[in-house]
Amino acid sequence: MSTSKNNTSKQLLWIAMAGIFMFFAGLTSAVIVRSAEHGWDSIDMPIWFWYSTAAIILSSLLLIIAKWQVKKGNSPSIYVLGALALGLFFGYCQVKGWDQLTAMGMYFVGEGSNPSSSFLYVITFAHLVHVIGGLVALIITSVKSLQSKYTKDNYLGIELVSIYWHFLDVLWVYLFVFLLYSVK
Amino acid sequence: MSDHHKETFISKYVFSLDHKMIAKQFLITGMFMGIIGMLMSIMFRLQLSNPGESFAVLEWFLGSKWAPGGILDPNMYLSLVTMHGTILVFWVLTAGLTGTFANFLIPLQIGARDMASGFMNMLSYWFFFAATIILLCSLFVETGPASAGWTIYPPLSALPQAIPGSGLGQDLWLVSIALFIVSSLLGGLNYIVTILNLRTKGMSMSRLPLTMWAILITAILGVLSFPVLLAAALLLIFDRSFGTSFYLSDIIIGGEALHHTGGSPVLFEHLFWFLGHPEVYIILLPSLGIVSEVMSVNTRKPIFGYKAMVGAMLAIAFLSFIVWGHHMFITGMDPFLGSVFTFTTLLIAIPSAVKVFNYLATLWKGSIRFTPAMLFTIGFVSTFITGGLTGLILGDSALDINVHDTYFVVGHFHIVMGLSAIYGMFSGVYHWFPKMYGRMMNKKLGYLHFWVTFIAAYGVFFPMHFLGLAGLPRRYYTNSAFPMFDNLTDINSIITFFAIVGGLVQLVFVFNFFYSIFKGTKASENPWESNTLEWTTPVERIHGNWPGEIPTVHRWPYDYSKPGADKDFVMQTEPLKEGKTEH
Ligand code: HEM
Ligand SMILES: [Cu+2]
Repeated sequence: MSTSKNNTSKQLLWIAMAGIFMFFAGLTSAVIVRSAEHGWDSIDMPIWFWYSTAAIILSSLLLIIAKWQVKKGNSPSIYVLGALALGLFFGYCQVKGWDQLTAMGMYFVGEGSNPSSSFLYVITFAHLVHVIGGLVALIITSVKSLQSKYTKDNYLGIELVSIYWHFLDVLWVYLFVFLLYSVK
Repeated sequence: MSDHHKETFISKYVFSLDHKMIAKQFLITGMFMGIIGMLMSIMFRLQLSNPGESFAVLEWFLGSKWAPGGILDPNMYLSLVTMHGTILVFWVLTAGLTGTFANFLIPLQIGARDMASGFMNMLSYWFFFAATIILLCSLFVETGPASAGWTIYPPLSALPQAIPGSGLGQDLWLVSIALFIVSSLLGGLNYIVTILNLRTKGMSMSRLPLTMWAILITAILGVLSFPVLLAAALLLIFDRSFGTSFYLSDIIIGGEALHHTGGSPVLFEHLFWFLGHPEVYIILLPSLGIVSEVMSVNTRKPIFGYKAMVGAMLAIAFLSFIVWGHHMFITGMDPFLGSVFTFTTLLIAIPSAVKVFNYLATLWKGSIRFTPAMLFTIGFVSTFITGGLTGLILGDSALDINVHDTYFVVGHFHIVMGLSAIYGMFSGVYHWFPKMYGRMMNKKLGYLHFWVTFIAAYGVFFPMHFLGLAGLPRRYYTNSAFPMFDNLTDINSIITFFAIVGGLVQLVFVFNFFYSIFKGTKASENPWESNTLEWTTPVERIHGNWPGEIPTVHRWPYDYSKPGADKDFVMQTEPLKEGKTEH
């Protein structure tokens, strides 16, 4: 019974992630279509987006270790908390990145905006919204982990949160590389 | 009813977690919206056949603001067309159809107590309900409901100041559709995991009734395509309300240049139709499933080519993602790209033809029981063929350029999608009504409903092809302003006449439906002598579906008229005879 419940929730998550991916596939193909036309300004990628990329990759790695640890019967708390901290830092970097963009005169709307900058804001913003969902999940997982709710035989929560977080990580790397080349 | 926990009116009929009740909620909401959408179409049909004439009913329904002196206001005309399309496409044929039959049939046909998550299921309905309320509210706003068409192309949809319907009405439309998307994603996720995980013992994928395959594929299409619409709508909202220029470029209104630069309305069309084309199959597929099931039961024959049916549905689903460009041949698309889309579009004809062939082969030499459900199923096969044929013309870019955005297209998609899907839905309601309410619907009224609907519907949509070939554009308020269309007035009158007849006869169905809920003759457990699992559940509908153990499945669902069997149907629960192999 419990393994079938595990499978069900993992499947739910995978299918939901497929849907989320399609959402971003829609946005990025819009960029492809639009950037082929005239009036597409180029933008230098803010350095903060490089930092955030590093942060989210590192936090993903920590979650991998967290899963190893819990499988071995150790407490994963420190790693989950570390991932959470890096996740929060990721959010901070994104906001700093937007600051940097506006400082460069690249706005979301109005004077000084261009489809390329508008797209950059929308896509990074939409990704951050999904990250916030992941952060909430990470907070819940951290609390539960601190209460020692996860054991060798029962760590579904950690598994689910890592799957989703890795997804956000890979998604961000995809978006980042994609944007790096398309807003050039 | 059930003894393990007390039910109140609220928990049973309102915030129900039971899949059967949620299905009925979807069905009743869908029917209600269907009536409203149909009324709208009759109102704008009056204007199309009698341009500028006064009709008391119009003033009665719309008030003196939108139909002063009984003459339909041009802005209201656009709103009615838009709302009609939106309601029928999304509310009736997407949520109403899938929401009803997915919820009702999945647990019953795969042998499960309920959906994987009853809670998500309930949420799915209530998001849909909220979307419905908002859409209905938009009918009453000062500037009128949205009027940029169900495809909400910018700039009409993106500039609040463009026409009255581009204002608050369009905002509400967007909010409503966003809630609608959430609802259908929640529902779709649930349908997929339920079918994949909760099948009873012995119910392998290859023993699933075709309804289940159809719904599974529908749900996958929905989960993959609705998010793209959400992305398109998000960018549209930014353009409307925040002043970005994703879809807008260099527009001058009243001599004043707007600040938007560099956007592309064609971009919206790409995003919209990437959902839009899969969406038409989201509408069609559940009916393909229902019809297969009803046909097999009522011909007393196994469905012809079960595996080919599944394969064809998978092929259609896959292809539906790579044909969206056929809605955009005249947007200045590179002719080479146009020919690529022509090619992929015409490929869809192959799996479609496989399905048609299999339906005809199933009907061939069947001992057909002409129940109302079966008549609608046959009606479906008819419209799927006649509507599909015009698709071949439209799919060819060289031909499409001549008839794009004319009534030819309106005729095409109403027959192939509108009629086919609604016939499938009617067929399903007549067929599963005994399981839903424990009573039978009246047969005679069912026949009346079918024949009048069938004739009237062709009466409406068949002549539209001629209008389109004569060049009559769709979505125009009046034809009388163009002398070249003067000789088409008679055709328009005929269409409106049939539209009214077809509309009226739906009242027979509505009456039959509600009357039978209370007064229909009592149904037996398996009135159609069908093989599938839902017909092993008791007539009283209970929580958990089966009073005892969930039955085990031993065979596929289509063992009708099996040589050597003592009855002409062998239920899925019956073990194979010693030494016998499956079909
Ligand atoms: C062989 C099969 C089919 C082909 C080749 C085909 C082709 C086309 C083409 C090329 C158009 C665009 C016409 C234009 O706007 O100029 C079109 C419109 C449409 N088709 Fe089909 N079609 C096929 C079957 C279907 C089916 C099965 C459905 C629905 C279940 C469907 C639903 C629609 C709808 C809704 C539109 C109009 C959308 C709008 O502009 O409002 N078609 N079809
Ligand atoms: Cu299409």
